[in-house]
Amino acid sequence: MLATVVSWVLGAAAVAAGAGVFRVDSMARATFLLLGSFLAVGGELLVLGLDYLGVLVVLMMTMEMVIMAVFMIMYMMNPAGLTPMSMVHNRRGSLVIAVGTFAALAAGILVAPWPPAAGRPPPDPTVALGEALMGSKMLVMIVLGVALFATMVATVVLATHRGRYDRYGDRLDRPRPDDPVPGGVWR
Amino acid sequence: MVETAPLWSVLVLPVVLAALALGAASLDAVLAARTAGRAPVRAAMAEPLREVARLLVQQRRTTLAPDAVLWRLGGASVLVAAVLAAMVIPLGRHAVSDLAVGVVWFNAMEVIVWAALWLAGWGANSAYPLIGGYRFLAQALAYELPHMIALITAALGAGSLRVGQLVAAQADLWFVVWMPAAFAVYLVSALAMSFWEPFDQPVQEDVAGGVTAELAGADRLVFVAGRYLLLTTAAAFAVPLFLGGGHGPLLPPWLWSLVKTAAVLGVLVWSRRRLPTIRMDRFEEVAWVVLLPLALVQLLAAALVVLVR
Amino acid sequence: MTLKLFLLLAAALFSVGLYGALSQQSIVMVMMGIELMVNGVIVGAAAFWRHASPAHPDGQVLVTVAVTAMAIEMAMGFAVVTAIFRARDVDMTDMATDLKG
Repeated sequence: MLATVVSWVLGAAAVAAGAGVFRVDSMARATFLLLGSFLAVGGELLVLGLDYLGVLVVLMMTMEMVIMAVFMIMYMMNPAGLTPMSMVHNRRGSLVIAVGTFAALAAGILVAPWPPAAGRPPPDPTVALGEALMGSKMLVMIVLGVALFATMVATVVLATHRGRYDRYGDRLDRPRPDDPVPGGVWR
Repeated sequence: MVETAPLWSVLVLPVVLAALALGAASLDAVLAARTAGRAPVRAAMAEPLREVARLLVQQRRTTLAPDAVLWRLGGASVLVAAVLAAMVIPLGRHAVSDLAVGVVWFNAMEVIVWAALWLAGWGANSAYPLIGGYRFLAQALAYELPHMIALITAALGAGSLRVGQLVAAQADLWFVVWMPAAFAVYLVSALAMSFWEPFDQPVQEDVAGGVTAELAGADRLVFVAGRYLLLTTAAAFAVPLFLGGGHGPLLPPWLWSLVKTAAVLGVLVWSRRRLPTIRMDRFEEVAWVVLLPLALVQLLAAALVVLVR
Repeated sequence: MTLKLFLLLAAALFSVGLYGALSQQSIVMVMMGIELMVNGVIVGAAAFWRHASPAHPDGQVLVTVAVTAMAIEMAMGFAVVTAIFRARDVDMTDMATDLKG
């Protein structure tokens, strides 16, 4: 009973916070409303019995939203929302498409004959997830690892404006890299 | 071995944490008095209580066009995160909540401090707090991965994410004996997590107190108390992670937990006046190039030990 | 809540995110819309795990993949915004329409 009430409240909070992201003027508040939506979804995962994934969503999303706040303040013209502004294009069209999508999805959800639960949840879902990722779903784990590594390399390549020739000279022969901010290892 | 305590322990937890934090603050005041050459120790020990009284009567400050909601939320969240993170730490045989994923819960609550510091820096609409908040983010990105690897190493040694299992697995041999590098990395990250010296660039004097520059009165008390509580929680979590929890020969388990926590907390507070503040750009490279490979090699060694055992 | 209600929540989050992704002018706001859409996918996958096939870990693996995809998308999105800003001082989608038409 308590779980039902909590999941209703968290669901409403998630959707309200998500809608609020595009309503507020302050970019900092928009980012932290998105964080609120993610925290509500993390709570929903906990209600569904997925302990590890719920706490993981809270952990990762807090970190990501704080980093996103840094970028939002960097790139948006009105970060504090001190003047009202409207930053949308084609608002009615996108509203129509979004509402239409929700109507179509809702119709499908309410009409489709969903199967009953096939089996019971394992006593420890975390162990089941770990064994799956390391066993039958090892390919998924490998692909995730390689994709994350590719992302790291690609983001650094895209984001820096200095390449290795700027750092090590035209023949890559400088003994120490020529960085504007020297690190702590005294290379 | 660790059981979930009854519901009234939720009220006992903040009291115990506050007592430990007060002890840490008193030790810090005594060390400050000795460093400054002022001998009377008894007066210095009451310094934190005088500071609390002074902040309670001090007038609160506001700035021009602050983001009041975000500012107060950030200022208060450090304290809330510290108390929430301490929920999974056992005092001897009882923890407020022995979650099945206690280690991940501690990590998640500590990451809330990231958001809290950025919000406290942003909300004040002032340059120096903003700089302090961004400095903390740089420091946080540096220490977080070695911190997570250290936590994973301890969880690997016990084969579980439950803090009770971690304590039970150290009945014979404490983890600090065969995971010393992980313990060292955890202590470094505990200092960085609570922006304690030598990682106190977010609140340092060269930016007029950084995040605390525009805080006064009750807001400042909540923030500074939150910082001490966070340090206390980080020190207290080192005990079930690496120092055997409540295990020990003569004393009851809860007393052993307190003694070990006090020892770690004393070392962390003592290091404040021994080490200079580390600049974030230098610490970033050290963390990613030295601490992270060290933590990973330690993880590999611990995994090999667990496999061979 | 039953499966249908969780799926309706997932659909609502997805639709709100879709509105944001389609209507916002700024690239970082479009990214926030996409994050909301993946949020909906996470809730949907978890609901399917719990109410349709709890004995198999497939739903949990899908949630893990969705969370990782969110992280990857955010990182790549910010790198692309940084790169295009450095190259052309642009941070609105309307000024980056080179591939249009």
